[in-house]
Amino acid sequence: MSTAAIQSKSFYEEKKGLKSWIFSTDHKRIGLLYFYSLGSFFLVGVILGLLMRLELISPGETIMKAKTYNQVFTLHGVIMIFLFLIPSVPAVFGNIFLPIMIGTDDVAFPKINLLSWWLYVLGGLFALSTLVVGDGPADTGWTFYAPYSVKTGTNVSLAVFAAFILGFSSILTGLNFIVTIHRLRHPKMGWFKMPLFPWALYATAWIQVLATPIIGITLLMIIAERVFGLGLFDPSLGGDPILYQHLFWIYSHPAVYIMVLPAMGLISEMIPTFAKRPIFGYKAIAYSSMAIAFIGYFVWGHHMFTSGMSGPARVIFSILTFLVAVPSAIKTFNWVATLYKGSILIKTPLLFSMAFIFQFLIGGLTGLVIGALATDVHLHDTYFVVGHFHYVMFGGTGFAMFGAMHYWYGKIWGKMYNEKMAQISFGFIFVGFNFLYFPMLILGLMGMPRRYYDYLPEFTTLNVISTVGSWVMVLGIIMMLTNLIRSKKRGEKAPKDPWGGTTLEWQTSSPPSLHNFDTEPIVPEEGPYFHKV
Amino acid sequence: MANFVMVNSGHNRDDEADKLGMWLFLFTELLLFGGLFLVYTIYRYLNADAFLHASYELNVIMGTVNTIVLLTSSLTVAMSITAIQKGDTKMALTLIWSTIAFAGVFLVIKYFEWTAKFEHGLFPGMEHYNMLEPGEKLFFFLYFFMTGFHGLHVIIGGIILLFVIAAIRKGETNQGKFIFLENGALYWHLVDLIWIFLFPLFYLIH
Repeated sequence: MSTAAIQSKSFYEEKKGLKSWIFSTDHKRIGLLYFYSLGSFFLVGVILGLLMRLELISPGETIMKAKTYNQVFTLHGVIMIFLFLIPSVPAVFGNIFLPIMIGTDDVAFPKINLLSWWLYVLGGLFALSTLVVGDGPADTGWTFYAPYSVKTGTNVSLAVFAAFILGFSSILTGLNFIVTIHRLRHPKMGWFKMPLFPWALYATAWIQVLATPIIGITLLMIIAERVFGLGLFDPSLGGDPILYQHLFWIYSHPAVYIMVLPAMGLISEMIPTFAKRPIFGYKAIAYSSMAIAFIGYFVWGHHMFTSGMSGPARVIFSILTFLVAVPSAIKTFNWVATLYKGSILIKTPLLFSMAFIFQFLIGGLTGLVIGALATDVHLHDTYFVVGHFHYVMFGGTGFAMFGAMHYWYGKIWGKMYNEKMAQISFGFIFVGFNFLYFPMLILGLMGMPRRYYDYLPEFTTLNVISTVGSWVMVLGIIMMLTNLIRSKKRGEKAPKDPWGGTTLEWQTSSPPSLHNFDTEPIVPEEGPYFHKV
Repeated sequence: MANFVMVNSGHNRDDEADKLGMWLFLFTELLLFGGLFLVYTIYRYLNADAFLHASYELNVIMGTVNTIVLLTSSLTVAMSITAIQKGDTKMALTLIWSTIAFAGVFLVIKYFEWTAKFEHGLFPGMEHYNMLEPGEKLFFFLYFFMTGFHGLHVIIGGIILLFVIAAIRKGETNQGKFIFLENGALYWHLVDLIWIFLFPLFYLIH
């Protein structure tokens, strides 16, 4: 191949100007739009988290009042869940890489893809507008539990409406991905020749489509209650607040899998590449994604063990909760087995993947502790729960995203990042993270309740450790981002396949052209992860 | 430029994909109403007598007429697909227009029905409503919320059909390519289907 002659323009160079971005229907550009908007919201969420940790550095009022603290943790939750974690991996990496990995040039409905980003922005603006209008942001917690959410004077209606719009955006992304995977795979790519990241996106997309409408209608009911002063979920007016909790968690527990499943898909891509081995148990991982999506529907009741449910119902939800751990464990064992006897290349993406496995393990096992009925009664609404879900969500999804940012850095931006700096920042993030969240598990066991701006003096030491951990971690994040931004200018030019990856995105140029492939992609007959040893 | 033909391009015409996407969307619509049906079921179970008592307030005749109107509109929109398949564009347009006309009739009847309820002070927040017992309040709240939300879908469905008419006029939707009409009709059938469930739940169970 004579290189320079047929080297086509990258998707950046095809068109220029702001309009060519915000109205682009190219999946890579939409993915990047998502990346920058999600990244901004993530940083806002991080700052709010920092402020909360600062408030908790000592007992009593430190930097904010109780109500402010309630509003800060609500906004932190709403931003991190609805604006960052739920769209995160599918909207950014799914958009950029799903079509490339299945060997096509775009998603099935490019215009609907653009619409979903616009809806996301609109929802984000609604969420932020709660800061400046009326009585300030909601103080209900991100769960908007009724009847308090119906009665508080803060801006719940706007925040809830923001979540409704974001749900719409999420449904459209899911719908788009399902159709894309069904209709646009490369003719030679059967279902079981598909890489595991598309598999994870496929399972996630079904949850997005099937679970999100329930929260949509529930949130509309909350708004109607507030507008008309009704008692749909208010016991004094004949309603049932437990019904709200059911409706809320019917969506919001599957939503946890919307957040973590695609991240698991990222890990399934990175581990075989850096172990230079075919992934162990390909089919088991693919099926376990679908199993998690399926079982994940039937476990919502475990959020309500202490809020009033019949004995048999609690036992059943507890058993189902234990069941959903099985497919997650299958994946974890398979990743570890892939590394066994591999020719391991220690690079930043692998480090993040290993940290993912370690932290997801802690997050998963602590999940079993609160999934068990007896221990949950003790641990419910304590810092143990806060520690648990941050280990899964941040230690899991967040770390997988950081890893993927490095893994695909060259492919997306066309330059290589500085490996040494990346590894040092990884060290800070990893150490800071564990100092930040591990004390929370112990605090929870000691009985410190969540959602208070104040605590008893005996919890001070661990809270100080946790707050210092948050500084170390944020320092690491700043270093990581600085490194990535600097590398865009100063980095070496990225080759087609810097890691020796075997999936289709490594067959095209870095960054890819507008149509993704300049020559016909070759789908390996041996499956997606065949490494010639 | 790509120097090969991508057979699986996302920019190719793919009616199957469009239809699959539409069915998935209809799925989400059903689940959206599913949440409301769930709430209705639970509160009906908890307040059976109050729901029964309140349901006598509704006008069965108006409800029945509206059911017939919507069923007929589904028939006309289904016939319009056959018409366009046979190449009879004029007939297809007439049939879609009559579907929209039926939608209008449905909304007008709904308007009179709701106005009667307003006159009785049964809308949430009104005087009579505030004196009702909790179960009856829930009934009327759900009645207004669910039929109102359904009415909104009737309006959306009608607007979609107007876009279909525009597409047929421009020739973008024609004998060889009528997926837009099919999808619009699918949406219309969904609107109809939801009403088929709302009608007995509110008007008929005695």
